[in-house]
Amino acid sequence: MEKQPAIELKNITKRFGKTVIANKNVNLTAYRGEILSILGENGSGKTTLMNMISGIYFPDEGQIFINGEEAVISSPKDAFDYKIGMIHQHFKLVDVFSAAENIVLGIDEGKYNLKNSIGEIKKISEQYGFDLDVEKKIYTMSVSEKQTVEIVKVLYRGADILILDEPTAVLTPQETEKLFSILRSMRDDGKCIIIITHKLHEVLSLSDRVSVLRKGEYVGTVNTAETNEAELTEMMVGKKVNLNIKREEPKNVEDRLIVDNITCVDRLGATILDKVSFTAKSGEILGIAGIAGSGQRELLESIAGLQHLSSGEILYLDAKTGKTENLRDKTPMQIRNMGVRLSFVPEDRLGMGLVGNMDIIDNMMLRSYSRGHSMFLKRRKPKDLAMKIIHDLDVVTPNAFTPVRRLSGGNVQKVLVGREIAASPTVLMVAYPVRGLDINSSYMIYNLLNEQKEKGVAIIFVGEDLDVLVELCDRIMVIGSGRVTGIVDGRTATKEEIGLLMTKSKQEGEDNG
Amino acid sequence: MIIQFICRAILLGVPLLYGSTGEIVTEKSGHLNLGIPGIMYVGAISGVVGSFLYENSCGNDIANMNPLLAVLIPLLCTIVGSAVMGLIYCFLTVTLQANQNVTGLALTTLGIGLGNFLGASLINITKSELPSIALTKTSSFFAAKLPFADDLGFIGELLFSHDFLTYFAVIIALCASFVLNKTRVGLNLRSVGENPATADAAGINVIKYRYVATCIGSAIAGLGGLQYVMAYASGVWSNNAFGDRGWMAIALVIFALWKPSVAILGSFLFGALCNANNYIQGLGTETQELFKMLPYIVTIIVLIITSMRKKREHQPPESLGLSYFREER
Repeated sequence: MEKQPAIELKNITKRFGKTVIANKNVNLTAYRGEILSILGENGSGKTTLMNMISGIYFPDEGQIFINGEEAVISSPKDAFDYKIGMIHQHFKLVDVFSAAENIVLGIDEGKYNLKNSIGEIKKISEQYGFDLDVEKKIYTMSVSEKQTVEIVKVLYRGADILILDEPTAVLTPQETEKLFSILRSMRDDGKCIIIITHKLHEVLSLSDRVSVLRKGEYVGTVNTAETNEAELTEMMVGKKVNLNIKREEPKNVEDRLIVDNITCVDRLGATILDKVSFTAKSGEILGIAGIAGSGQRELLESIAGLQHLSSGEILYLDAKTGKTENLRDKTPMQIRNMGVRLSFVPEDRLGMGLVGNMDIIDNMMLRSYSRGHSMFLKRRKPKDLAMKIIHDLDVVTPNAFTPVRRLSGGNVQKVLVGREIAASPTVLMVAYPVRGLDINSSYMIYNLLNEQKEKGVAIIFVGEDLDVLVELCDRIMVIGSGRVTGIVDGRTATKEEIGLLMTKSKQEGEDNG
Repeated sequence: MIIQFICRAILLGVPLLYGSTGEIVTEKSGHLNLGIPGIMYVGAISGVVGSFLYENSCGNDIANMNPLLAVLIPLLCTIVGSAVMGLIYCFLTVTLQANQNVTGLALTTLGIGLGNFLGASLINITKSELPSIALTKTSSFFAAKLPFADDLGFIGELLFSHDFLTYFAVIIALCASFVLNKTRVGLNLRSVGENPATADAAGINVIKYRYVATCIGSAIAGLGGLQYVMAYASGVWSNNAFGDRGWMAIALVIFALWKPSVAILGSFLFGALCNANNYIQGLGTETQELFKMLPYIVTIIVLIITSMRKKREHQPPESLGLSYFREER
């Protein structure tokens, strides 16, 4: 039987603002009765692309064909009408409703009769082998149960094109296997299933074909049976791009920060960091690579004194006094009072880093207010610092009194990095410092980091662009699911090597010890 | 005397019941409308203006007045007046994304100011010597009892002696309860207040639901103001006499755990608490003031208990007070 295309994308382009291109000329076809994987790194535009199919975003250019006919999908409701159902990575469920109430939510046909609906839901559950208690409230459910509700919800709406965004990110291996067998039975039932993922082994075990995106662009589609991990990784990370970031040999290298076996558990009891150990050295940039949400944020926050650890030590070796201090479970203020000069540029610039409604000068004072002795503010020094940062880093701003939220992303970042560097740190932690920045601003940040490195600062750089990591960093630590999956030399490492370490699953991590 | 006490409690409770039913419907859409005191005030004065004009057009002669019109005109004026206030709230918070708390408080100030201005203007027109305006004729239509109430002794007094707006309040509260819990519209509305992003993804028009729920809620709350003037105050309007009933209605929402059916009994309890000082002999003025705090103290106790029990069903709608806009990166 000839395969029927369920959905075709032609030359889809989506921009955010003027500069950010999330998808560029993407062409993609998914057939009925198959499972198509969309593979790509963070920020490669997978989710944006799927959001356009499910009506959350509207493409700027290009066409979408459903069952061979051109379709205009401008709202989630349109998507339902085309029988497209999306299971988001962050579940869209109402916590205080029961499973059944969530499933029937928003459907506008026929008489409202929850009992009849429950009967239909049970029928769907039996057909595909779901295990679902329809009366159970969402807030009492486990993650995998919630996911089941999401899938049943789109099936109940009669979807025959299902899109799953990172469905296994939150599941245990057993739950994943169960989900896969359900997906296979849906495929055999003639549905078109699109699964977004960055886990290679899942792609290989589940899907019929794989489409790869890289930095918003469509790279190609291959049949799963005819490919292997190495080929997919290369498609995913691409050929090496030469960025010409200068990298000096580290000088006066000595241990500065020793992170020893730290474990961190979140509110719900899930392990975020699992026995992480590494050493950050002075005069060196240590890169941290990993899929978003693998524990990078918690790692930096642990060092900065913002996370409670359930075990492990964080030792700071003071070069001046030769003493060793333990930073575990200290508040940021205590850490500062111990004489540890730690600077932190968090990924959430206007949330954790700066106060958006305050001007540059007042934001400078956030770091130094405790040094004042009078009850009145003295703005002279912070003002000098603000003027110096504006001048040295070419911050584009009307004046020093402009609220920082009115500045562009790159300028906000310059203000933040400038302030943190001005504190002459011995350890500098930066998370995604060039996210959303244009090329010039990015290079300015790289140069600033290199200057600090030359001054003997131990730099920890959390990044997402592998090209940058392999050109900027002296060593690169890769983490996956809260574990260190490898530490490689930045001068010899290849992107493929790092990509493979990043996509190591929980299971593999355990096997390899 | 107990019967009288209960009837009095009900009479005092009904404006609160209107206010809190309206506010519950509003809050279920995720709007924390702190403008309720102002909206109830505007509802009251709108009804007063309507009946004032109608009484005047009939030459202030009760014989010329059509009972149906005498009731319908103020009713309609109240509904329109308070719904417009709700519309202003929605325009500011939904369309212009203004802060809900600030908007609500501004509406309260605006509503009370507007009410006092219109009230003072009417008093000026009538050239009354007292600082009040009496619409006793209209009030007599509103306060009409069921004909058989007097024949049934104390049961008649307890159950059938009230003005029709009292029964209407209970019916509206029961209807609201039914709609919220048993219909698709109610399910959709609750989802908008709990998690607008989910509702949006499910194809529910969040903006429409918020606008409609808030305007209907405001109209319901406004009726409380009308009932206060026409039934409780016997048609006499004087500026600021409405007092803090609007705030008490908001407290009642919390007391009732966002359930209109609970609000019915809660409003009568609040009415009783407000009135208890008049039935206890030998209280000084200062102790009387203490008694007036009772509804708020009860509300705080309820808050403490529900916070300790942490039952999710007893919590306010999750997105209460938060604006929603579809995320664009």
